[in-house]
Amino acid sequence: MTTARTMTLNMGPQHPSTHGVLRLVLELDGEMVVRCEPHIGYLHTGIEKGLESKRYQQGIPLTDRLDYLAPLSNNLVYVLAIEKALGIEVPERAQTIRVLMTELTRIKSHLVWLGTHAMDIGAMSVFLYCFRERERILDMYEAVSGQRMMSTYFRVGGLLADLPAGFEAQVQAFLADFPSRLAEYEALLTQNPLWRQRTVGIGTIRASDAIALGVSGPALRACGVAYDVRRANPYCGYERYQFDVPIGRVGDVYERYTVRIAEMRQSHRIALQALQRLTPGPINVVDPKLIPPPKKLLKTSMEALIHHFKLYCEGFNVPAGEVYQAIESPKGELGVYLVSDGTNRPHRVHYRAPSFVNLQALPRMAEGRLVADVIAVIGSLDIVLGEIDR
Amino acid sequence: MNEATEPTAEGLVLQRLRERFGDAVGTIKIWRHETTIVLATPDLVPVCLYLRDDSDLAFDFLSSVTGVDRWNLPDNSPRFEVVYHLYSIRFKRRLRLKVRVHEGEAVPSVTGVWESANWHEREVFDLFGVPFEGHPDLRRILMPDDWEGHPLRKDYPVQASPKWWEEEPA
Repeated sequence: MTTARTMTLNMGPQHPSTHGVLRLVLELDGEMVVRCEPHIGYLHTGIEKGLESKRYQQGIPLTDRLDYLAPLSNNLVYVLAIEKALGIEVPERAQTIRVLMTELTRIKSHLVWLGTHAMDIGAMSVFLYCFRERERILDMYEAVSGQRMMSTYFRVGGLLADLPAGFEAQVQAFLADFPSRLAEYEALLTQNPLWRQRTVGIGTIRASDAIALGVSGPALRACGVAYDVRRANPYCGYERYQFDVPIGRVGDVYERYTVRIAEMRQSHRIALQALQRLTPGPINVVDPKLIPPPKKLLKTSMEALIHHFKLYCEGFNVPAGEVYQAIESPKGELGVYLVSDGTNRPHRVHYRAPSFVNLQALPRMAEGRLVADVIAVIGSLDIVLGEIDR
Repeated sequence: MNEATEPTAEGLVLQRLRERFGDAVGTIKIWRHETTIVLATPDLVPVCLYLRDDSDLAFDFLSSVTGVDRWNLPDNSPRFEVVYHLYSIRFKRRLRLKVRVHEGEAVPSVTGVWESANWHEREVFDLFGVPFEGHPDLRRILMPDDWEGHPLRKDYPVQASPKWWEEEPA
């Protein structure tokens, strides 16, 4: 494949700017990328196979490990798919908490994207500021679930537990600070001539190409296509929230940046509305076959003891059939295709991972450009190898 | 949610397909407000092209292609299902297409309809061993090139011993 004129460069799988174990085989003509071929699979852990061998509730912790920067989005789409197959809807309060937590997750994921993307291009300090704010969201994860990263907070039929005391004040305090912090990041980058030189007009993709390649999320919206699953096919009551879907025009690295920055503002807006909507109420559906009984009942009620035992030894059965549930994860359209054979384990679970599909568009964006631009384009796609390789 | 409008939208898709392809359009299942159409393998590409290009349907976005192994289910012949999730950005509509094939039987590739099918089909080939006819670059994608077997098949053990791990004789 290498001619006398071109050279093949192997980038990755151990390269800090490939955001994980991505390997790119680049064919170079001098500094110019003639061909770019991604090789994936280095992080394949057989999560879909694993989910087939686990009962429905047991599978949720595995889903955290897919997109490990947005674990609650992976939880959410899995439990929503199971709930759709069961034909149940969780109570109002649980839905509001799910919205609140997934929007915080979006901010958290975008903060890691911004920090690492800026660092790849050479703006070191942004990383430190982003991780300072991300830390506060990790504290919230810890408060609700006891786990800072792999929280497994959403359960089929509701939530692991209600919000702890003082949690709302913790979120309020964060949301009060966040807009000024976002302004700090923007002050460092948005008008920075070096940043603009590295991003404006780089890695452009036309809207029609992006749609044909299945690109979703901020990368698609930067091309001017306002496709956001929260708006197009609402779940968890998103139709009741006020928010805008920020879009770009030309779909270059810079607009993918501005779209994500604008999205963090929208997430902040949705989180504030979710806080206002939080009213006391049940957080789980009333169904002893799905939700374990309160601990104190176990000592007094034989029935509760039986339900508890059955739930943890056998789980619950899901009616035979198939469903597809999509949500807007920080990376794009995250979908779960669930096939149930009527037993207590899924017959097949497929994750439609947005990073997997978006990465396919990388050659289109990088070919014909400089090697240094490949780094900028990878950063702007915001991929996570955990969900690409599954 | 917006389920009230859905039945008519589904009706339109089915009606159009029946007008255009007659009874060739196979079994239709609707469950939990989701439509699944099972097609015969030769009809797949023409139906996909039609669904993409008709201006009232405009399924321009292929969400995913995946496989299901029905080996241990009662209705297991043909053994494999290849499942396509289509989405129309303009009409905000989803549709599921399905073809069923026996082991080793090829499925026509839809890479000519949606470019994004490329990696999805490679993944189905890799993990289920379903070949795609007309695919430009059909190779394994997640597993190593010299891997034996297809991990998402139901007769593939959850904990398999990795044969490629053994050292080759010097």
